[in-house]
Amino acid sequence: MKPKFIDFVFDFFSHLRNNNVKLIYEGEISHDIIKAFTALTENDLKAKKEANPTQKKVFNIMVECLQNISKHADCIDDISQKNGRGILLVSETDDNYQITTGNVLKKEYVDAIKTNIDNVNKLSKEELRELFKKKLSSGRISEKGGAGLGFIDIRRKSNNKLDYNFSKINDDKVFYILNTVIDKL
Amino acid sequence: MSEINIEHTETTPKVIFNKETGVFSIEGKTLPENVNQFYEPLLDWLTDYINNPNDETVLKIKLEYINTASSKAIFSIFLKLEKLIENGKKAKIIWYYADDDEDMMDVGEEYADVIKVPFEHVEFESED
Repeated sequence: MKPKFIDFVFDFFSHLRNNNVKLIYEGEISHDIIKAFTALTENDLKAKKEANPTQKKVFNIMVECLQNISKHADCIDDISQKNGRGILLVSETDDNYQITTGNVLKKEYVDAIKTNIDNVNKLSKEELRELFKKKLSSGRISEKGGAGLGFIDIRRKSNNKLDYNFSKINDDKVFYILNTVIDKL
Repeated sequence: MSEINIEHTETTPKVIFNKETGVFSIEGKTLPENVNQFYEPLLDWLTDYINNPNDETVLKIKLEYINTASSKAIFSIFLKLEKLIENGKKAKIIWYYADDDEDMMDVGEEYADVIKVPFEHVEFESED
């Protein structure tokens, strides 16, 4: 091994430890991957005797975030990479779990995502409930299977504001990070 | 008419629609990869059923997990029951939720608010 590579691996490991990252994955987000990681996390939380509602919230939010990537993620280079790639990080502190996803996205989607997240972040519990009901009973499932309910659901289940960032990759693409915190009960 | 009897998987629920026995139930996890692919046959079956239904239809829903895409599909199933009532038949939805699952209780209440079918909310003791 080259010394630089050894440094990289060790630094990477140290960074994960320092940021309380318990699980990390980079690659294609397929249905099988979603099943595997949600099952892994579910078993882990069960083994730790985490409260049932917390287990369910973490599981649900992971599913929503990952299904989002599998449906909407773009690729950096249109030829060499498949769609639906991304990263997943699950971190844990004494007080909470944090689910972070990252994926490449066409720039044209940024405004809509920002508007959606900013909107659900400023709504009260009751307003979120009303918006959920309204979206539930109107419109059809979109072609890709999304129902436009994802952010509302994540926001309600987490009880915290959703945090996001878009980093520029090139003129057409950005790297989109979504971060959700679930407080332990 | 033929019955629907689908075993559960890690991401799809157990479903029974049986006109003869009057058992209608959806139970388990619903977070399929392709929501339409799973729910379309169920909706097609119900479309046939409402042309020649039982006098009363009681649908039991007992879910552990529901993703947002499925919540829309379940809504479409409930609309079929609404249609039964419009046609002068009786229908009811029994929504089961674990006593420690406030989120699932809320989902049931939200459906009850937007669907014109009588709802019964039944709490059961969580297994773990």
